[in-house]
Formats: sequence, C-alpha cells, structure tokens
Amino acid sequence: MTTVTTPRAPVPPATGTRLLLGLSGSDTVDASLGSHLERWGTLPRPGDELLDELETSRLVGHGGGWFPVAAKWRSVATASRRRPVVVANGAESEPASRKDALLLTRAPHLVLDGLSLAAATLRAHRAIVYVPRHTAPAVEHALDERRRRRTDAVDIEIAECPHTYLAGQETAVVNQLGGRRDAVPAFQGLTSIRERGVDGRATLVQNAETLAHVALIGRFGGTWFRSVGAEDSPGTMLMTVTRAAGAHIVEAVLGSSLRQSAWISDDDMATTQGVLLGGYGGGWVSPRDFGELPVSEKAARRLGATLGAGVVALLPRDVCPLAEMAHVIRYMEGQGAGQCGPCVYGLADLAAAMEVLAWGRGHGSAHPARILEVCDLVEGRGACRHPDGVARFARSGLAVFAEEVAAHVQHGPCARMGAPRVLPGPGRAHPPAGAGRGTTSRRLVSRA
Amino acid sequence: MNRWKLQLVVDPVACDGRGVCAEVFPERIECDRWGYPIVDEADITPAIEEHALRAVRSCPRQALHLVERRC
Repeated sequence: MTTVTTPRAPVPPATGTRLLLGLSGSDTVDASLGSHLERWGTLPRPGDELLDELETSRLVGHGGGWFPVAAKWRSVATASRRRPVVVANGAESEPASRKDALLLTRAPHLVLDGLSLAAATLRAHRAIVYVPRHTAPAVEHALDERRRRRTDAVDIEIAECPHTYLAGQETAVVNQLGGRRDAVPAFQGLTSIRERGVDGRATLVQNAETLAHVALIGRFGGTWFRSVGAEDSPGTMLMTVTRAAGAHIVEAVLGSSLRQSAWISDDDMATTQGVLLGGYGGGWVSPRDFGELPVSEKAARRLGATLGAGVVALLPRDVCPLAEMAHVIRYMEGQGAGQCGPCVYGLADLAAAMEVLAWGRGHGSAHPARILEVCDLVEGRGACRHPDGVARFARSGLAVFAEEVAAHVQHGPCARMGAPRVLPGPGRAHPPAGAGRGTTSRRLVSRA
Repeated sequence: MNRWKLQLVVDPVACDGRGVCAEVFPERIECDRWGYPIVDEADITPAIEEHALRAVRSCPRQALHLVERRC
C-alpha cells in the first residue's frame, strides 16, 4: 500500500528569492523529488495557455541570448507538422558561470519540470537534457525518481556535453545531439535549428535556468512572474559573482541595483580596477559605471558590455589587466571551432597583438589601434557569435583600462606581469610566452 | 514594409577564402587581409543581379548565396 498524501497548495514566493528558495547557505540541500513537490506542488498539466502565460511573463532566455521565450516556443511550434525536439541546455561552458550547475545539482527537478512542460506544450517527439559530466549524476538520479513516479508524459533522455567553450552554443548542441558532428556551431544564415535541428526536426534549445523559471510560471502564472522586477524586463535571474574572496551565486531582481544584488561591499569596490560582465564573451565596465548599473541587459549593452548568462567578475588592482585580457583572448582563440576563416585568423592576430601589448617590448604592433582594427574585421563574420564576443571583450577592456594601455605602450610590461591569474576558469596555466607567437597558430580545419 | 530584397550571404563555414567571388564581382565584394570576402550588404538591384549570380556560380566551395529577404 502506498500512503496517499494530499500535497499542500504551493505558495508562490512573494519576494525575489524564487529559484534559490531553500538552496542558499546550506550544503545539505534535499534535492529529492519528494522535497521538490513538497515545496512547489505537483507539475500542472500544461495546455496552450502556458504559451500565453509565457507571453505575459516576458521571460527571456538566460543562457546569454536574452531572447523572448514565448516567441521562441511559438516559432518552434509552427515550424513544422512533425513533432519537435526539446533540449534543456545545461552546458554552461562559460568558465566564470556556475549557476546552471547549481540548479542541476541542487534543484534538478525545477529544470526538468520546465523541460517536461516544454515537451508537453510543444508535443515533442523527444526531450533531452544536455549536461556536462560533473552534473550528470545528480540529473540521472533525478530522472530515475521521475520515471518511478511517472512524472513526465515524454521520457527525458540525458546527453553528456563536451568540455569546450562552444559546446553550449545552441547550434553546437544540435550538432552534438544529432551525432553528425562534434559540438561545433553551424551557420544559421540560410536555415534555422528552430526549423531543422536534431533528427531534422524543429528544435527548441533552452537554457537550464530559463526552464526553471518556466516551471514556476507554469505553476503560478505570468503575472506572478512579473510581480518583481522592471516593467519591460521583469522577474529574477541568477548571477555568478567572482571576487578575490571566491565565487558566489545570487538571484537578482531585474531592474534593481546590480552592485547590491551581487553583494559587492565597499571594500570589494575599493580594490577593484574593472568589472567583467557576461564572461569571456562579455565586456568590461569601470568600477564607477558598475556602481550605477541596474540589473538590465539594455543598460549593460549601452556600456558596450552584456550581462550574458549572469556573470560578474571583479578584477583586483594588484594584477595586470592587460595580461589577464591576453590570457583570456588566447584561451578563446584556442576554443574556436576552427571553421570560419575570419575567426581563425582574426582571433590569432588579436591574441598575439594583445600579448605584445601586455608583455612585449617596444614592438610597433603593440599599438591598441591595431587591436581595434582586428576587432572590426572579425565582428559578425563567424557562423556563430564567438568572434563578436571576443571583440567585445577586447574593445571594452582597452577602453576601461585605457590608462594601463597607454602606460604599457610607453614603458612596456608592468611589474605585475607575472602575477598569478585571477579570472576564473581554465586556461590559467598558459605562461606568459614571448611576445607575438605568430599570427596563424591554428590551422583552418577544412570540411570534408 | 512587405518588400523583398536580394542579398548576398557568405556561409563562413563553407568559405575557404579562395577569393574568386571578389574577382568576379568587385563592385560588392572585397577580400580582407586573410583573403576572406567582405560583402557589401546593400540590396542587389536588378541592374547587377546577373553579376551577383555569376559570383555565386563561380564559388568553388558553393559558399556564396543570393537570398531573398523580406524587409
């Protein structure tokens, strides 16, 4: 006999703590399905009204694209008569971001609820959760629980994502899941994965956090979602904040003060020379601008940056910002898919020029104008936005650290050149190589 | 509103930077310092449509496309 319990009617959270409700500050989070249902109630049977609720909510994608979710779902719904494929994208390949991993390990059922709702609403043929190796065990466990309780109308498959920067790019996700190519991006100028993606079917690729918001909108409605945040950009978003003291994850109310939402103290600010928003494909802002920024993608873009997938990284004063930038650009160059000429050669040139600027001596090509020229040349010329992100990173950094740039041009490398790297993620091991490694360190991978 | 226009589009994955297109259609295509085409995004008017098509056909990688876009 099983005991029948009547679940409490779930209470919609009234404040800006939603996805992180019950998760923060504790290492002993109960991520089980039972605990999840206790907190949030059972998953509602979705109908077409969920699309209207998503429209009302004005929810946008928090994988970095900021694209309206309702519009994306509608375009997939109407793309083809064949049933589509829906994918929860948990790749989170941005080195400075950890919020999706937090959800997938501590609240996997929120993400899976959102995927389940997408699958049911769009009458999907397949539903796949795409995750890196370190979160896979938690997700597999959650899927077992759901199968036992028959929670989902469409069985959810799990697929492992490779550990590369571009593995989370949505066309790369489709290539990886379709088994045709490795997780490299595809050109979308002539076709779209929303029309022809995995198995040749219309495909929805939606970030893990975004689906967690969908799980709550499915329960409490679009008007509830908008009860906090700005009118034109409502709700909350997760952010990964990196300071010298370490990294933490916050849930920020859109439209509120970014600095306060990110829990940045006066002491933190006093030792900060620049703030990276949006990660390695994002942009730098000065401490002063950062202090005045709201949690707003529009405002970030006006400063030549982006909030992207919610990355905030503070760069302390005791490191050379140009050396940090050179490391990151070299890492991004190495993470290119090797498919598009302007990106392959452009990022190699950019990385070399940045290395010369950071730790080269008396070299003519160290001039920042040369770097800006290459930025202009690579932007918008790849199949994906990889080169655009690197150009934004470089351009904004040269502006925010303009005094450092001038000093380096005049006097060569600074005393902080050999300081250990502080920006998070892989690629820290790269030693300060001699100036200029040549301009074509990568060969173009030609297609068969 | 509901006008259609013709545009040249380079598929950057397929493109190898052979540069044939820039030779055939220099009015609208030039090569960057690495030999990859930079395409002028202005409309392809009927007067130069034939030139554009010749450039499309000449690409050994079939990386250049003439597409109709609603604008």
